[in-house]
Amino acid sequence: MFWRDVTEKVVRCVLFLCAAISILTTVGVVLVLSFEVVQFFQKVSFADFFLDTEWTPLFATKRFGIWPLIAGTFLTSLIAICVALPLGLLIAVYLSEMAPWRLRNVLKPILEILAGIPTVVYGYFALLFVTPTLRYLIPDLAGFNALSPGLVMGIMILPMVASLSEDALRSVPNSFREGSYALGSTKLQMIITVLIPAAMGGIIASFMLAVSRAVGETMIVAIAAGQQPVLTLNPTQAVETMTAYIVQVSLGDTPHGTIEYNTIFAVGMMLFLITFGVNWISIAVREHFRKKYR
Amino acid sequence: MSLVVEKRPLLSRKWAEQLFYGAAVLALVVALMVLVTLLLDIFIDGSSRLGWDFLTGYPSRFPEKAGVLPALTGSFCLILLTALFAFPIGIAAAIYLEEYAPQNRLTRIIELNIANLAGVPSIIYGLLGLQLFIRFFGFGRSLLAGAMTMALLILPVIIITARESLRTVPRSLREASIALGATKWQTIRHHVVPVAFPGILTGCILATSRAIGETAPLITIGALTYVAFLPDSIFSPFTALPIQSFNWISRPQTAFHANAAAAITVLLVVLLAMNAFAIWLRGRLEKKYKLSRL
Repeated sequence: MFWRDVTEKVVRCVLFLCAAISILTTVGVVLVLSFEVVQFFQKVSFADFFLDTEWTPLFATKRFGIWPLIAGTFLTSLIAICVALPLGLLIAVYLSEMAPWRLRNVLKPILEILAGIPTVVYGYFALLFVTPTLRYLIPDLAGFNALSPGLVMGIMILPMVASLSEDALRSVPNSFREGSYALGSTKLQMIITVLIPAAMGGIIASFMLAVSRAVGETMIVAIAAGQQPVLTLNPTQAVETMTAYIVQVSLGDTPHGTIEYNTIFAVGMMLFLITFGVNWISIAVREHFRKKYR
Repeated sequence: MSLVVEKRPLLSRKWAEQLFYGAAVLALVVALMVLVTLLLDIFIDGSSRLGWDFLTGYPSRFPEKAGVLPALTGSFCLILLTALFAFPIGIAAAIYLEEYAPQNRLTRIIELNIANLAGVPSIIYGLLGLQLFIRFFGFGRSLLAGAMTMALLILPVIIITARESLRTVPRSLREASIALGATKWQTIRHHVVPVAFPGILTGCILATSRAIGETAPLITIGALTYVAFLPDSIFSPFTALPIQSFNWISRPQTAFHANAAAAITVLLVVLLAMNAFAIWLRGRLEKKYKLSRL
């Protein structure tokens, strides 16, 4: 009897420790990034980092303005979101409200395939298929540009938007739909005035997750967007995103302790703060709406 | 809700409906077309290189002689090690959160933290792995460091899917076991986990298959891009299929692009095989469970 109690206690402790690893991971990320960021800011001032508009840590004359990298990330993410949101929401509404269930059962796994393709594959597709194809339409398009990886990234996050939004739409009780029909709505009116507002929490949460995925996406932009940190919102030019910069430095043999080595952690910290913030908003929105409709 | 008086004739409302339906179907067709184009493009580009020599060859300066054997072996070892770390810890954490965790603040924080970690960009895990496993623990740029980084990356997904499987186990089963005098751990070990096992295993394999295509964290921790030997221990340097593909994509010579496409094809086949295996295994385990227990 004694040993049984001991086993119970020990097992409980071990299981708890495994669950606590997730907390340790977050703490680890914050510690690791902060440690290098402190070193970075001993060498570079806050003003240089946040106010300068040029990013050239790998050149002889080093400048450390983060804005070109943020602009590159913003531009590619914006293009991706412009593709993924409307298409994703349309597909979600179609799958949830219009598609015959047999078709739906075929389409959902296919969309999951789209979501499961490794991003390096999308990168290949963006650089060697989409960019050359777009050049027929836009002759000025540079070999590396923000447009093509942005579009491809939009397709990559589309299944996530569609799937999460569809879950939100399907969780709206049928009485809402019937109430709207009883008042004489057509299907489209029901969708716009009743269904989408009722599922808004889940839809916004899926949008925010899509934003965070686009901001943190690495391989597509590292392959097809180029490595030129310029402060521009012109989608036909080469840009560099925060993630692509980290890849660029990681590929070279940068010795530990140098300022170049510190920079990838400073950029990583920015990236972490942005995505962490967006993820929290997504979770908070979902919780808020869940309470509201309970 | 405000009262909406519809003044347009019924016919135009019908038109709007048709238009919306058309747009939704179009969105779906666009997504599917991209998927088909992507797969066809890669298969056509890579078909000239695919063959036994490519699978058993080593990387080379000459594109027509290069092969993916070290990358394929590296990916295989990496995934095996990752699963070895991530499965037990992830399942244990899921059991704790689903069966033991009290409804308190700490539990809530762990849960929210896991949801948030699932959205942290993979390249951030790479930075964590670089500092923690390579610099701090001194594992070097080895399979072990890569696998541990990957394990941290897929843990949140594994915990989330394993919890979902545990949740489907009926309460009555737990109560019956407790009523017969079993302790909590005995109940979980002998009754809850075996019933949930097919679902847990499938979820774990699917999560791991995502890790096979991950490139960014491996680049950050410094997996090599040119490896002309097979890994012989968990401390040996390695390369992986997505890294090899990335390396070939970023070369200017177009002959290497065909190699990249062929390597990607191999990667996609491995992915597909893993997914198929997971589904087959679930079917088999479910059947076995039904025969022996019901």
